[in-house]
Amino acid sequence: MPAAATPLGPEVLALDCVAETARIAGFIVATLRRFSKRGVVLGLSGGVDSSVCAALAVHALGAKRVFGLLMPERDSSSASRSLGAQVAQQLGIDYAVEDLAPALEAIGCYRWRDEAVRALLPDYTPAWKIKLAISGGLQGGINHFQLVAQSPDGALHRARLPLREYLQIVAATNHKQRLRKTLEYFHADRLNYAVIGTPNRLEYDQGFFVKNGDGSADLKPIAHLYKTQVYALARHLGLPEAVCTAAPTTDTYSLPQGQDEFYFALPWQQMDLALWAKNHGRSAAELAAALGISEQQAEAVLADIDAKRRTARYLHARPALVEPIHNDNPEEPAP
Amino acid sequence: MSDIRQTIRQYIDDNFLLGARDTAYADTDSLLDLHILDSTGVLELILFLEETWGVKVEDAEMVPENLDSVAAIADFVQRKRATAAA
Repeated sequence: MPAAATPLGPEVLALDCVAETARIAGFIVATLRRFSKRGVVLGLSGGVDSSVCAALAVHALGAKRVFGLLMPERDSSSASRSLGAQVAQQLGIDYAVEDLAPALEAIGCYRWRDEAVRALLPDYTPAWKIKLAISGGLQGGINHFQLVAQSPDGALHRARLPLREYLQIVAATNHKQRLRKTLEYFHADRLNYAVIGTPNRLEYDQGFFVKNGDGSADLKPIAHLYKTQVYALARHLGLPEAVCTAAPTTDTYSLPQGQDEFYFALPWQQMDLALWAKNHGRSAAELAAALGISEQQAEAVLADIDAKRRTARYLHARPALVEPIHNDNPEEPAP
Repeated sequence: MSDIRQTIRQYIDDNFLLGARDTAYADTDSLLDLHILDSTGVLELILFLEETWGVKVEDAEMVPENLDSVAAIADFVQRKRATAAA
């Protein structure tokens, strides 16, 4: 006779940090041996995901086998750079700082993005700050993005993003994630190391990553953990307070932008619970009660999870082949 | 009205189904549920409505009731044109 289901609330995300740390450490070692690599490279943003991954790697391999990369560009926050350095120093790992702005400029990242923004806001100059905000899904409408821009006088301007400008802004800013991954693989090849990807479960499941950008990696040690659990590990591993309390941002646009504004229907604590509820077959009614939203909104959130999973299929997909080829990725577990 | 529906159908067949004849859908079938449209596809559809009939879709009008089936889209276009002509 199965036990009564745990009431839907923060307790369902409780984590045995000691056991989980050991489990992930074993996974890191086993993966490196399978791939015949001597250590790991990872980008450090100062955010909780990459900080926890670095700490877990040090726990598994020792500081000498972990190499960090701080990769600021024009629009990333200076806080991310200093926090990233603080984490690297605390963990005692070797790291390098690579300023991506010149390379991004050369490849046209800023120019293409600015051209699209100017098409909607003719007065826009690079002195303005911008971000994208998602809208529609929570209200039961269709998800779409708005451009939010702040002129130097502090005034906020909003414009719905039509197709061409939306695709162009996203394509241009995707250069950032892809270029970071390019540098990570350069150092990995140079050191005979493996590249760590740092998505948490919400990001991995919901397609919140750039294909062949931050979505690319040799191993992803926290992709199975809800964001709440990643924060729990951060505290357990003794990471700096600022890392343990920082809100998830995209650090991609010059106006500070929460991940929930950009992509998710709800704040991350609530998205964690919604995703957990989805994965455990809980009802919209139960989710509504747990989150203090209407049942209709809860249904919209659960439907939105499915919609984003559908989009994520393309992002996760290996190259399509006309017919299966013997030995093509035989050891990969099913996603 | 059936002209509008036909034009919409032709656009969906050409742009989203890439001419493949293997997917049948009724005028009232949900294009989102059938995965013929996703959220980016909706933006393409909106551009098509704008270019073909001069219809401007407001943020609040970006809902399945207006855009999620051939019939709904055609009705929506009719209403918008009637309001514009008034």
